[in-house]
Amino acid sequence: MIAIVDLGIGNLANVRKALDGVITSDPYEIEKAEKIVLPGVGNFGAVMEKLEPLRGVILDAINDGKPFLGICLGLQLLFEWSEESEGKGLGVFKGNVVRFKGVRTPHIGWNQVWQKKDCPLFEGIKDGAYFYFVHSYYVNPADESIIAGVTDYQSKGNEVIFTSAVCKDNIFGVQFHPEKSSRAGLRLLANFRRL
Amino acid sequence: MLARRVIAALDIKKGRVVKGIKFQNIRDAGDPIELAKRYEEEGIDEIVFLDITASYEKRRILLDLVKRVAEEIYVPFTVGGGIKSVEEIREIIKSGADKVFLNTAAVDNPGLVKRASKVVGSANLVIAIDAKWNGKYWEVYTHGGRKARGIDAIEWAKEVERLGAGEILLTSMDTDGTQRGFDIPLTKAVVEAVDIPVIASGGAGSPEHFYEAFKIGATAALAASIFHYGKYTVRELKEYLTEKGIPVRME
Repeated sequence: MIAIVDLGIGNLANVRKALDGVITSDPYEIEKAEKIVLPGVGNFGAVMEKLEPLRGVILDAINDGKPFLGICLGLQLLFEWSEESEGKGLGVFKGNVVRFKGVRTPHIGWNQVWQKKDCPLFEGIKDGAYFYFVHSYYVNPADESIIAGVTDYQSKGNEVIFTSAVCKDNIFGVQFHPEKSSRAGLRLLANFRRL
Repeated sequence: MLARRVIAALDIKKGRVVKGIKFQNIRDAGDPIELAKRYEEEGIDEIVFLDITASYEKRRILLDLVKRVAEEIYVPFTVGGGIKSVEEIREIIKSGADKVFLNTAAVDNPGLVKRASKVVGSANLVIAIDAKWNGKYWEVYTHGGRKARGIDAIEWAKEVERLGAGEILLTSMDTDGTQRGFDIPLTKAVVEAVDIPVIASGGAGSPEHFYEAFKIGATAALAASIFHYGKYTVRELKEYLTEKGIPVRME
């Protein structure tokens, strides 16, 4: 069973359908799950607060080697802290979350993900495939070896190349929304489901 | 590179598509989900649902539709039409829409734009502007194009950006329905006046029209009948744009 952690923000109907998972915020159910997905829309601090009671059970699952996928804010929460607000992230990865500077923010729309290493999430997905993004912050990993994909955002004469996917052992995270990214997104979710 | 977006618009009345649809493969021609799915398969980047059901009692039907779309469609979608309050906006987002748009209510009550952007975030709030050249300036119209408001559309665009709109859906009433191309002077003027993305709308009849709109800086362009009547598929349109050097999402 795949547990899709419900933080009470936004609608998870199509994530659930694509993954055939269960939407839950029950620690017991999350503990029982074989895989965990942490979607997320909203403010880093506010979501972290909601996640606090589940911190232990999620970290245990990750340490036990269960496949974990963080989406958008769910990726950002894997890091130590964010410029967006106070509050500690899960700290699974070293590094922080920073705001775009010098470019139109938020970064909204379809942009390309350039694959940086072999990652089972991208199996069958071509390099430079388009995914749908909506965000103002992005992750800044201290350990570059976890970077699985980067995206190039040019606007107002400036360019920011940011990490749009991370991949390490059983831990995966994507800045874009696979559940809104049509065929490429569905393929990525199917790849996660098959792990 | 961030792609320019091609958006399809569907007019909805009591949960059904109302513009005539001539696709042969769609059994239930009036079903918004089937049409949206077809567009998604062809490579549409986003879908806008305009609810033209007038009465508030019918809002429940719209919310049910939004929930169904959210479950079955894997591209972002925007919902609007007759929205007057933050509560309605919240309900539509909670039902699964990615964005909402406001038109008449924003003109009647600009404070609503500010409140709405705080509640759902600027990224999820689109302001629709219907404009028509009156000989002196592009004038804002509301109530589905029935009421002239004496407001300059360029000034209004700047104002909604200041109030927290994340995007402008700009429809020219002069070109709408003509299929002779988007209103380039109007679109260009608004693109240059604001920093937020501008969606060109009204008048699309051929792939060249999309190219013209993107060339002058529209972030996205919207059409209804060109897709509804199967004149061009989304894929054909995008192939043309790719050839012309416009970055679009191809699968």
